[in-house]
Amino acid sequence: MTQLILLHEDDNVLVVVAPIDAGDPLTIAGGTVPAREGITIGHKVARRALKTGERVIKYGAPIGSMVAEAQAGDWVHLHNMRSDYIAAHLRAAPEEPE
Amino acid sequence: MIEGFLRQDGRKGIRNVLAVAYLVECAHHVARRIVDKVDDPDVHLIGFPGCYPNAYAARVMEAIATHPNVGGVVLVSLGCESFDRDRIAEVVRASGRPVELLVIQEVGGTAATIAEGIAAVERVRETAATTPRAAMALDELVIGTICGGSDGTSGITANPAVGRAFDRLVEAGATCIFEETGELVGCETIMAERAITPELGREIEACVHKAERYYTQMGFGSFAPGNAEGGLTTQEEKSMGAYSKSGSSPISGIIKPGDVPPTGGLYLLDVVPDGEPRFGFPNISDNAEIVEMIACGAHLTLFTTGRGSVVGSAISPVIKICANPETARRLAADMDVDAGRILEGAASLADVGNEIFEAVVAVASGSRSVSEELGHREFILTYKAFDPIGPACLPLARRVSA
Repeated sequence: MTQLILLHEDDNVLVVVAPIDAGDPLTIAGGTVPAREGITIGHKVARRALKTGERVIKYGAPIGSMVAEAQAGDWVHLHNMRSDYIAAHLRAAPEEPE
Repeated sequence: MIEGFLRQDGRKGIRNVLAVAYLVECAHHVARRIVDKVDDPDVHLIGFPGCYPNAYAARVMEAIATHPNVGGVVLVSLGCESFDRDRIAEVVRASGRPVELLVIQEVGGTAATIAEGIAAVERVRETAATTPRAAMALDELVIGTICGGSDGTSGITANPAVGRAFDRLVEAGATCIFEETGELVGCETIMAERAITPELGREIEACVHKAERYYTQMGFGSFAPGNAEGGLTTQEEKSMGAYSKSGSSPISGIIKPGDVPPTGGLYLLDVVPDGEPRFGFPNISDNAEIVEMIACGAHLTLFTTGRGSVVGSAISPVIKICANPETARRLAADMDVDAGRILEGAASLADVGNEIFEAVVAVASGSRSVSEELGHREFILTYKAFDPIGPACLPLARRVSA
């Protein structure tokens, strides 16, 4: 059964559509890597190696940036990526009302 | 064919419910007892808890009391609250609906008002039962969509499937409404390109920027812990998934709670208050969003969920579309449409889009949705402040009023 799907050809993450157990062989970018950990439906997996600071692309659109490195097949979530919106926004935050 | 309930203003409803409305929390118990004792699935409890006046809340209550799905109203007031009970009674009366007003302090307390209220519901129900029926076309339907308990599957199954259904409904001339500008942060540019005029496109961008500022001041985005547990990492990721509910039709206008779209087509409901944040979070829960959809005339609401919401609504039925196949199995008895099959390769987006379209027609024709059958009648209304919409927000071709 397919465990990972690609939503858009520009994406650098894949979406989990069936539960992954640690050790499951993941077919990624032409090769196969064993899953490091269990990952549940709806979560994201790196489609290739991702560097710290690199934009994460899903639906063909940026959805945040990496704050740590990830190898192809690694789980991508709060531990290694964050929102650009929150960060970009805090710098431009309006003054608190008097 | 849909056989609607024809109201005096020419609008048609898909239900003929009676609303029992408390006008302050102090009248809530009495109103709830009246509804419980009448025990009729078409007698619904609605209300506003606050004692202080609020133009938004008054407007939403009036819009819902005269919603095409409503056949009559019983108002329950304590007596000393700020809500203008005579005004809402007059608005309902002027709409041609039967209305009764009970003031607990005048009737003589809890037990007396409950007894009076039950009798009032009987009288209102008798009049509402004589509402004429009339054939209703798809282009007379108003359909809202919201998402709740989203996860990483929502944006790839249920939400785009609703988008497909919206495209078919808009094509048929129906009015479709999507909302929650706080969950569209990051999508404003692509959304603005779909506006029917450049001026509307600028309004769309401005209203998403307003949402950004507002949520930043609140200190939280529109993002719940369950969203992250379900695989969503950032606000913009959630937004991209939520945005797909809108489908691909051109955007005809922006409305605010209580505005009824003047034509068919796709509309964005701006739910974020104007001015300095005064009353807290824009919508404190999904139910508040559904209530605003109904205040904009929605006959029914399409609700997508990944984690598994069970809610419905008073006044207008809610159709539940489940995005996640695991949730669809666990909460099967709460869902109308299983979009999780898309992930398992058992159905296409187009298949599920068509199923949602068929579910809209069936529920509009009188079939009870699952949440409706289960007795879900949630309703919540809180304080907000809005400026009227700007001139660029609505299309020029207005629907001819009856």
